[in-house]
Amino acid sequence: MSWIGHLVNAVSLGVVYGLVAVSVGLVFGVLRQVNLAQGEVIALGAYSLWMTRDLPVVVRILVCIGVCVAMSLVIQVIIFRPLRGASALTTLIVTFGLSYALEGVWTIVFGTNGQPVSMLSSLNQVVVGGNVGLRWITLVEMGVGGIFFALLVLVLYGSKIGVMMRATAEDFRTARIVGVRIDRVVTLAFVFGGVSAAMVAILFTVQTPLVTPTLGFNLITLGLVGTVLGGIDRLGRATAGGFVVGFVNSMLGAIIPQELLVFLPMLTFMFVIVMLVVRPAGLFTPKGSNVERV
Amino acid sequence: MIPLLRLDNLQVTYGRVVAVKNVTLEVNEGEAVCLVGPNGAGKSSTLLAVMGAVRSRGDVFLRGTSTRGLQPEALAHLGVAMVPEGRHLFDTMSVKDNLVLGTLARRRGRTPRIDERWVAELFPIIGEFASRRAGLLSGGQQQLVAIARALLSDPDLLLLDEPSLGLAPVAVDAVFEALERIRAVGVAILLVEQRAQRATDFCERGYVLSDGEIRLEVTEGTSEDPESLMAAYFGR
Ligand SMILES: Nc1ncnc2c1ncn2[C@@H]1O[C@H](COP(=O)(O)OP(=O)(O)O)[C@@H](O)[C@H]1O
Ligand SMILES: [Mg+2]
Repeated sequence: MSWIGHLVNAVSLGVVYGLVAVSVGLVFGVLRQVNLAQGEVIALGAYSLWMTRDLPVVVRILVCIGVCVAMSLVIQVIIFRPLRGASALTTLIVTFGLSYALEGVWTIVFGTNGQPVSMLSSLNQVVVGGNVGLRWITLVEMGVGGIFFALLVLVLYGSKIGVMMRATAEDFRTARIVGVRIDRVVTLAFVFGGVSAAMVAILFTVQTPLVTPTLGFNLITLGLVGTVLGGIDRLGRATAGGFVVGFVNSMLGAIIPQELLVFLPMLTFMFVIVMLVVRPAGLFTPKGSNVERV
Repeated sequence: MIPLLRLDNLQVTYGRVVAVKNVTLEVNEGEAVCLVGPNGAGKSSTLLAVMGAVRSRGDVFLRGTSTRGLQPEALAHLGVAMVPEGRHLFDTMSVKDNLVLGTLARRRGRTPRIDERWVAELFPIIGEFASRRAGLLSGGQQQLVAIARALLSDPDLLLLDEPSLGLAPVAVDAVFEALERIRAVGVAILLVEQRAQRATDFCERGYVLSDGEIRLEVTEGTSEDPESLMAAYFGR
């Protein structure tokens, strides 16, 4: 494939990771806590696409969204509600544990080898062939990603509930004092997080149809690199960070020899943990600037 | 008559630090009451406890009903508004958005005594910087916005935590002028201040707090002036 081909692939992976960053960043924004199990929400969404393989596409997409939102809310109720006010590290560890456990569940229920999700595979056909190798899915991804992000910005900056979410993200206690019903805001963040997770599940499986138990964890670690690079408490920059990481990773995958590639996830994960603990405000935010710490 | 707010043996502790030991006080409907005392006396902790924003022991009654277990947002929706110490505006948001947030806790099914228009008349100057980021305003401007935000919920009780702190004298005057007009429409005020003179001049009654305990209740009939009372109690 030519470098243009790699570039196009990298853009489409960038969009996916941008969405992963949104999905984690929304909840982090209001609660200052990272949900490492968000990847498993994506994984379950992807498995739901496999389970509904005999149904019409529209139904499959709706089921996927429903499943992701439901699971997101369950995680909120069983983990985040009891842990409200706990340290960021505590939730990090607990959700890591949950993620690990769920990976085991997927292995038992769906098998180690993975399940093929064949949905909208016609989107993998090329629009521009030859050296470029531009496929429909890339265009769809950019369109869907762009629209989703635009809608999110519209909600956050143009609606009352959006003002409430931003207020909560900026100053949790004062938001409550002025009367923001915090439980609704948090619930909404988990709902949006679930919807973003469903988008990732759909777009990612169209490109990479094999759903394996480690899918969620792989997506979330890489997505989090982007998020922490951009500064996890700023949605726009976090999303851009997610995009960059997906992009770079895709390019690296094309350049680095296969033997070395196996170390990439481990290094990535270590980087995320260190960043989350040491510089949650992001790599490029000057120290002591007006950003709240985790 | 049942007081609007009654604190009965209120206690607030942070780990081993006892911030409020024993505070009993009342605020009646439409009354302006001040709570003065030196830095670290427990004034802010008392207000935060009323708001349900810190854990406390003892009792808080609003219109005779215990507020035990209520979250700050619930208190806000029951007609209690707070101007926190240091203002705590949402700095990254516009003044307008800050004010929109102020209207959230407005109670349904009643005609507001205080609405957007009333606040615009009280603080015409806010209109001049409504679209600016709140964090970019001067301290005095921020304080007016913080008061406006609290008022827009149309509260029965306004808690103010050192609204004059760090302000230039002119700005302090502006704050107290506004408080006069707020009191005039019947909003009860619980004003926390370190500057005892200004606060007690404004209020009908006051309490002196030190080391987490009410040392003295000052009423209009009290002959001694509050500064000398303070001096007697804190040796300054
Ligand atoms: N969040 C907190 N954690 C620990 N100690 C606190 C906290 N807030 C206040 N304190 C302590 O409680 C005491 C009373 O504080 P505060 O209520 O802020 O007093 P004031 O408002 O009168 O200055 C002080 O000794 C202060 O150091
Ligand atoms: Mg104080």
